[in-house]
Amino acid sequence: MKRRQFVRTVGAVSALGAVGTLGLVAGCATTGTGSGSRVVVVGGGYGGATAAKYVRMWSDGGIQVTLVEPNASFISCPISNLVLGGSKTMADITTPYDNLVRRHGVKLVRDTVVAIDADKRLVRLAGGTELPYDRLILSPGVDFMWETLPGMARPGAQDKVLHSWKAGAQTVALRQQLEAMRDGGVYALSIPLAPYRCPPGPYERACQVAHYFSKAKPKSKVLILDANDDVTSKGPLFKKAWADRYKDIIEYRPKHTVTDVDAATNTLKFEFANDLKADVLNVIPAMRAGDIALKSGLATANKRWCEVDFLTFEAKAAKNIHVLGDATQSAPAMPKSGHMANQHGKTCAAAVVSLLTGKTPNDSPIYANTCYSFVSDTDVVHVASVHRYDAAQKTMVTVAGAGGVSAAASQLEGQYALAWARNIWADTLA
Amino acid sequence: MKRSRELLMGLALCGLSAWAAAEVSPVRSMAAACANCHGTEGFAQTGMDTLAGQAKDALLKKLLDFKTGAKPATVMHQLSKGYSDAQLEELAGYFAAQKK
Ligand code: HEC
Repeated sequence: MKRRQFVRTVGAVSALGAVGTLGLVAGCATTGTGSGSRVVVVGGGYGGATAAKYVRMWSDGGIQVTLVEPNASFISCPISNLVLGGSKTMADITTPYDNLVRRHGVKLVRDTVVAIDADKRLVRLAGGTELPYDRLILSPGVDFMWETLPGMARPGAQDKVLHSWKAGAQTVALRQQLEAMRDGGVYALSIPLAPYRCPPGPYERACQVAHYFSKAKPKSKVLILDANDDVTSKGPLFKKAWADRYKDIIEYRPKHTVTDVDAATNTLKFEFANDLKADVLNVIPAMRAGDIALKSGLATANKRWCEVDFLTFEAKAAKNIHVLGDATQSAPAMPKSGHMANQHGKTCAAAVVSLLTGKTPNDSPIYANTCYSFVSDTDVVHVASVHRYDAAQKTMVTVAGAGGVSAAASQLEGQYALAWARNIWADTLA
Repeated sequence: MKRSRELLMGLALCGLSAWAAAEVSPVRSMAAACANCHGTEGFAQTGMDTLAGQAKDALLKKLLDFKTGAKPATVMHQLSKGYSDAQLEELAGYFAAQKK
């Protein structure tokens, strides 16, 4: 080790303060690097689980990582629309957290965080435990802005009108509603104004439900009610799929902002259109950063999303607290996707390992996004982009000339999409 | 001063080499962006090509051919254009060096 580097390391260690000399010496027992430092990760989705694994891996096991996550298994949002379409099962999209624990030595705590004390650097769990941290990584995902749909506060409304925008019990329940629907019925899907989690997801969902109807109840309709002016992702590819494959099933209505829902009568109310009744309502409400981020004052953009430093993912509002994934105020043209959250997780993990071992984080991160969408049970289209850090603008920007969309839907990309899922699940969780 | 002497002792006890090891080099971070599809450190699950352990020259040629369009692709032609030739060479070198 060069002398200058050594001095920097010592300086950074002193800066850790609370850990101090004792923590450092005590850390020797476990050997490795960044020894004695404690990272707490909140939320085991694509962002959090990836960050937990990569902090362990890249610190050679030297940094202790505790993952706070209420569920025993990860359930993937990507591919969950295929469960609605009937070509995949819940088991196909579920992966237990075991490998993070067994192979990577992540400590899994099945609980939720109810409060963050940024001064004392600890999180308080619903079960009463307090977990101290040197760096906190929050990957809280999204929660819904129910206040924009007053009727959804009525008892039972949220059990009847589903969003199914977090894969899990609602995915199963929506599939059951579709199975129970009469042939000739109408399934209405409402889409909030962007930004929301997974831009192409609603349009893929429409394809999946239409695919199911075409096989099982061909007289039925899929009505897409989009608050946006037009399809927000892969528009021409989706419109071609609807025209070529589901002409008599799918109807698309842009500029339809839902203002309220009457669950008792299955009725949607709009800003500028007549009320609409359907057999199955699937309302995706407007969304924002997860509750814990809002409660902790981290959602500095419109009280909705968390602004971060894209070199480290440290929140603009708080030192030593990093925020990942859908909860962040996105950089220009950066989608809220699982693929992107996985990249956030790694960029943040690298920065956290650097910071906890007294090194300077990488000043030029570069990574890609790819979102695959199934337009049937086999055929897929994608959108891809490459993002690099721009020092002048202090944000991530897309690399001009790179990225693009599929020329046409294909079975080959269907195979790659499933291979993508296997690989990203393993990269995140194994 | 006293504090930093204690720290120095702490470091001496730990062994300095351990501290030097935790280096997430920029190329390692850059290569991690390929792992979503090609597996952690380039060891792929079924259905994608494993990059780890392929010869550097072969990897670089494929990447440059994707970039020019000489090698047909569904997505790699679009992704490879996001990287300079020098970055692609670094990536090829990184994956070539990964051995089981
Ligand atoms: C979205 C998924 C995805 C990402 C991300 C991705 N690849 Fe690929 N890669 C593919 C697919 C799919 C192919 C097959 C060619 C095609 O259809 O594009 C491939 C093929 C390749 C090949 C040819 C392999 C062989 O042995 O013939 C190389 C080399 C490669 N990728 C390198 C990379 C590198 C380096 C990165 C990171 C900068 C990367 N890939 C990121 C999906 C991906």
